[in-house]
Amino acid sequence: MPFIRFAGARLVKGVIVLFAIAILNFFLIRAAPGDPAMVLAGQAGEADAVLLAQLRERFGLDQPLLHQLWIYLKGYATLDLGFSYRQEQPVLTLILDRLPATLILTGTAFVISLVLGVLLGTLAARRAGRWSDSLITTIALVFYATPLFWVALMSQIVFALKLGWLPNVGYETIGAEYTGLSRVIDVAQHLALPAITLGLFFTALYARMMRASMLEIAGADFVKTARAKGLSPSIITRRHIARNAILPVVTLAGLQAGQLVGGAVLTETVFAWPGIGRLMFDALIQRDYSVLLGVFFISSAMVVAFNLITDIVYRVADPRIEVAA
Amino acid sequence: MQLWKKAAAAVVITGAAAGTSSVWAQAPKAGGTVHVVVQPEPPSLMQGLNQNATTNMVAGNIYESLLRYDEKLNPQPSLAKSWEVSSDAKTYTFKLQEGVTWHDGKPFSADDVVFSLDKFLREVHPRWRPIANNQIDKIEKVDDLTIRITLKQPFGPLMLALEPASAPIVPKHIYEGTDYRANPMNNTPIGTGPFKLKEWKKGSYIHLTKNDSYWLKDKPILSEVYWHVIPDAAARAVAYETGKVDVLPGGSVDVYDIPRLSKLPNTCMTTKGWEMMAPIAWITVNHRNGILGNKQFRQGLMHAIDKEFGKEVIYGGLGKEPTGPIASKTKFYSDDVKKYDFDQGKAKELIKASGYKGEPIKILAIPYGETWNRWAEAVKQNLADVGVNAELVNTDVAGWTQQTGNFDFDLSFNFVYQLGDPAIGVARSYVSSNIVKGNPFGNVGGYSNPEVDKLFADAAVAPTEEDRQKLYTKVQQILVDELPVLWLLELDFPTIYRCNVKNLVTTGIGLNDGFRDAWKE
Repeated sequence: MPFIRFAGARLVKGVIVLFAIAILNFFLIRAAPGDPAMVLAGQAGEADAVLLAQLRERFGLDQPLLHQLWIYLKGYATLDLGFSYRQEQPVLTLILDRLPATLILTGTAFVISLVLGVLLGTLAARRAGRWSDSLITTIALVFYATPLFWVALMSQIVFALKLGWLPNVGYETIGAEYTGLSRVIDVAQHLALPAITLGLFFTALYARMMRASMLEIAGADFVKTARAKGLSPSIITRRHIARNAILPVVTLAGLQAGQLVGGAVLTETVFAWPGIGRLMFDALIQRDYSVLLGVFFISSAMVVAFNLITDIVYRVADPRIEVAA
Repeated sequence: MQLWKKAAAAVVITGAAAGTSSVWAQAPKAGGTVHVVVQPEPPSLMQGLNQNATTNMVAGNIYESLLRYDEKLNPQPSLAKSWEVSSDAKTYTFKLQEGVTWHDGKPFSADDVVFSLDKFLREVHPRWRPIANNQIDKIEKVDDLTIRITLKQPFGPLMLALEPASAPIVPKHIYEGTDYRANPMNNTPIGTGPFKLKEWKKGSYIHLTKNDSYWLKDKPILSEVYWHVIPDAAARAVAYETGKVDVLPGGSVDVYDIPRLSKLPNTCMTTKGWEMMAPIAWITVNHRNGILGNKQFRQGLMHAIDKEFGKEVIYGGLGKEPTGPIASKTKFYSDDVKKYDFDQGKAKELIKASGYKGEPIKILAIPYGETWNRWAEAVKQNLADVGVNAELVNTDVAGWTQQTGNFDFDLSFNFVYQLGDPAIGVARSYVSSNIVKGNPFGNVGGYSNPEVDKLFADAAVAPTEEDRQKLYTKVQQILVDELPVLWLLELDFPTIYRCNVKNLVTTGIGLNDGFRDAWKE
């Protein structure tokens, strides 16, 4: 199938999927108990019927549900993500405000996990059965199995509290007003713990997948042929095994990349990282419908987009693959 | 002594103190920055439109009210310089401070006060609204620096209702004629307070800077205050330990971290500053649900709950066991009431006598952190020990408020502020007129007793403190016998801070009164 036709068909499908998700999200969120007015009242520890009615009117919750849905879809059709009455700001502004922090965190964790995961997985596969393989697989299993929040808290206690090497929370030193290189260093120091914590989980995942995939490919007939031809082990590993073995890793990385914009709720919460994951989590607790729907929409759009990109990368990595539209 | 005479006497005393004496043992050092934790992040800093605890805590630096209160809740001058009460206790005249300006440079005057109390707060504030509508006849400007409040009948609690969270003064020139909740200036609050909002980086911090035009000479002393938004309780504790923040306001960290943190070097702790709020934790009982409407059953539950365990083990030994609906820090408290010891034998007898047949009782935990989950689990165990078939229900804030407001619970944990006077903070949880479906903070249990209604109504407007005490003592005796709710603990919310931050808590409202007097050594 010609590439343009393939991409166009996928794009149309993506748009339909996005609108279906948007409608589903609208009803799902409203199925949860309470509403933004109730949360404001609950957090204030004080309310009366007049206040609740005022808040519901302000939030547009006094309108019929279908009217609310119509306003919401009409806005989305023109890429207007709405307004957060709780935060008194347009949803897009809130998301764009948090986007840089999230991209720095998830992007760094993504790079760390992909590079380390592929390298460690390859190393473990090449030394299968030896002590270094056992060490890598055991460590990977430990980090994969350990709850992220626990690793996050322990890293704070060890590296921030006991050793004093790194700050435990935040995006930068509040009040320091660094500029230029000093600011870059400051942000990097704050980034270290959350990025490594988040990255370790995916590193473990990629390493295990890469190792398993490489061992499987290593037994394939074409690898035996390559050996019979007298190719050196490093060339076989690099050109024949690794290139084929990386396909499942690419698939997984594509899925992870789609979630980059959605942020990392747990990591951002424990490290007080002001990203989209926390924006979403707070919005969920606060029943801030417009923010929640906005973040969901952007996240699902990114997943749809990255799935498309993954398919394209598949074609490049393995030209034999013909992806059907 | 009659209430208004006491109030008038307080003017003379406090006015003199404010004018002549110094509250510091050593000379304060001007400048400095203090870093404070704020959690959860406030939805808005527009005080009045929003009653969230953290809104009040941060915005208490930006806005002011007519009065402040000392630790004994005696009124102190704030935007009101002095006040007089008429001999019939129905007219209150307040003289305002001179030379006060709003943060945008516009002059402050009696027009702002009349607008705030008569228009703005009457419309938007659930605590001020019933006072304005039921007790106040008129609020008027006498001259540019004088206002007069005329009551329909004597209402002593008025002097405690003029605190920053209940009656903040807002700028008339910004809000008059607008849709208050939609006013774009809500994002950039303009007050008269000692600090101005410089920046609010959502999700990270709120930055306040000194108001150089503040009306009180040499105040504030600090240059800047940063409020750090840190969502995780354990991370907040580590942030204090690593020196990132200087102050952990009450409720910032889990109670089991408090003993450890309070012993750190250069660390001080105070439980002061909560005299006005004086929160009491209790279990609301839904009187509509079968056996829970039976007094013997409720008394059995009260004997079954180990309140000492709750205080010492769950709540880290902080606070005090309550004797009834009025906290011991609050006016008109009386301990001349029936007592309920932890006695499982007596509990079993009462529960058996009530006719309880083992029907399940659902306990709704309040979703405000790990402590409350543990407490609900402990109470479930207490009830199981005396043969009550209790089940735990967990939800989030939205779920809790919806279930409570819709009366969809059997037992529900809660803690409620006393607000300085039983007429303001106590009666609301027990009077029949406050049983309103949809409102999670009314009398959600549905307890109704005409005698209690009358006693609360009479006590609110009784002319002397002695009269009020008699009525409130009587109502405490009835309520403790009938147990509309099961009181657990008068909560302490200790503030933990670096000892070199001085004058941090100087009033009965604590950090909600702002950092006006604070300084850093």
